[in-house]
Amino acid sequence: MSTSALLSDAAKRKIDRELTKYPADQKQSAVMSALAIAQDEHGWLPNELQDEVANYLGMPSIAVYEVATFYNMYNLKPMGRHKISVCTNLPCAFSGGVDAAEYLKSKLGVDWKELTADGKFTLVEGECMGACGDAPVLLVNNKRMCSFMSPEKLDKLIEELK
Amino acid sequence: MMIDYGPDAIILKGLDGSNWRLKDYETRAGYQALKKILKDGIKPEDVTAEVKKSGLRGRGGAGFPTGLKWSFMPRPFAGPKYLVCNSDEGEPGTFKDRDILRYNPHILIEGMIIAAYAMGTAVGYNYIHGEIWAEYERFEEALEEARAAGYLGRNILGSDFSFELHSHHGFGAYICGEETALLESIEGKKGQPRYKPPFPASFGLYGKPTTINNTETFAAVPYILREGGEAFLNLGKPNNGGTKIFSLAGHVTRPGNYEINMGTPFARLLELAGGVRGGRKLKGVIPGGSSTPVIKGDLMMTLDMDYDSIAKAGSMLGSGAVMVMDDTTCMVKAAERLAYFYFEESCGQCTPCREGTGWLYRIVHRIEHGLGRTEDLDLLLNLADQIQGRTICALGDAAAMPVRAFVKNYREEFEFHVAHKRCMVGPGGYSTSPVNEPLAMAAE
Repeated sequence: MSTSALLSDAAKRKIDRELTKYPADQKQSAVMSALAIAQDEHGWLPNELQDEVANYLGMPSIAVYEVATFYNMYNLKPMGRHKISVCTNLPCAFSGGVDAAEYLKSKLGVDWKELTADGKFTLVEGECMGACGDAPVLLVNNKRMCSFMSPEKLDKLIEELK
Repeated sequence: MMIDYGPDAIILKGLDGSNWRLKDYETRAGYQALKKILKDGIKPEDVTAEVKKSGLRGRGGAGFPTGLKWSFMPRPFAGPKYLVCNSDEGEPGTFKDRDILRYNPHILIEGMIIAAYAMGTAVGYNYIHGEIWAEYERFEEALEEARAAGYLGRNILGSDFSFELHSHHGFGAYICGEETALLESIEGKKGQPRYKPPFPASFGLYGKPTTINNTETFAAVPYILREGGEAFLNLGKPNNGGTKIFSLAGHVTRPGNYEINMGTPFARLLELAGGVRGGRKLKGVIPGGSSTPVIKGDLMMTLDMDYDSIAKAGSMLGSGAVMVMDDTTCMVKAAERLAYFYFEESCGQCTPCREGTGWLYRIVHRIEHGLGRTEDLDLLLNLADQIQGRTICALGDAAAMPVRAFVKNYREEFEFHVAHKRCMVGPGGYSTSPVNEPLAMAAE
């Protein structure tokens, strides 16, 4: 076993809990949650971190890279402290999703996939989050869903996260 | 305050957003169906027979008869078999399973336990859409409650039936809603669909017999076993049993979920949602999620909401995501956004889909942006034909069908765009306000 530099013991405990869900000979099943746990801790997934996940689960590194590059909520490069994904898909667009995105772009002074100068925010275009009835909808760091995001609520959110 | 899901609700009945816990569910007759089955020693095959009788069809989109699907599972079988719930709800317009997961998670758990009993499976997984983390955490908590109460685990309620259920969190890939891609994803791989056959009932999760149903499908099961298959069937109509949750989005006054009896007129459903926003005219409806062909407003107003009626009108009931479009909507722009989605989400495995979705998007994009050519319309239809039916899974079809329907139903708008290099109707329906105020769209 190589010594881990990036994956903390706390993260490993969380991964261990995920491993209990799957048959003992199917540790690879925990790779998606393991990468999510690693990303929560580190902000993004450098290759070295993915290698450690691979080691921990007894998988070839390439099999971990395949997963990390396939699913679009993994961050493959450094992000702002807050990644904001705004849904602009059609049902959301009909209820202000694109308006909300444009408002944030001009408020933060960035375009899609760009980082604000203070390093705090990255804005990304999300695809369907399965919450179309709550449009405009956005997601902060993959986990916190914010609904009915009017300009006032967007102002409040940015203020809170700053 | 109770959430108003409509007068017919059975799955979403009596919910206020906070009464999701096990004790609340038990006051709504929760876990009674399971108790009855175990106490009376009802045979597994009789459980499946009751589901067959109910006319329940898959609520995820395909509408396959649920009882029939269950009967495909080999029994007896030496070795593990699996039960999987598809809560990877990501078909644009669909947001019904999220309400089940967050407001009534135990109805899904009970439905899965009963299904596991019917098919003799000892382990199940619920695959939850990546973007709904709070719902995933709530479901984990509900599972803990069910374990502590003896509804899950070894020797459930003192019987010799054991079943363990876990949740698996997705991480942002529409394709994982396809059942074999979902299985690959649980196995810790890229979510790329498998060839069928073999079907999951013979070669599923970890290569073992597996049954996959949608969240709402499982959630209908406790009612069927408690009240009887016939009672469920009679809520709807023959071959279209029970209630169905419709997610209404787009240009409606009150977007949200409405659970209505199968076969209810669309006009009544629209009325429940407060009608078209701002009292405007209905232009078109996508009746069952973004991949189902758009239907013109006038025709839609004459249709009933069930699998067979919508199929007869040339579309599909799909997942029950109803996208309402008023007369301010630019159908070229709508088609462009959907084409972009499928281009984004193609998994890249099959060439007709990987390349074709890109071409569909680029051509609709250039028409929308005033660079289209007259021959582009037929090129689009040709492309759609080249994709559909030529891929491993249905994503190719899902990309081709909406574009074809938009071009066929609203050809004059596409032609206007090509001829005049601008939109026939104005800002495109993206405005948030009930009246059509011009909205500056970002130049791409």
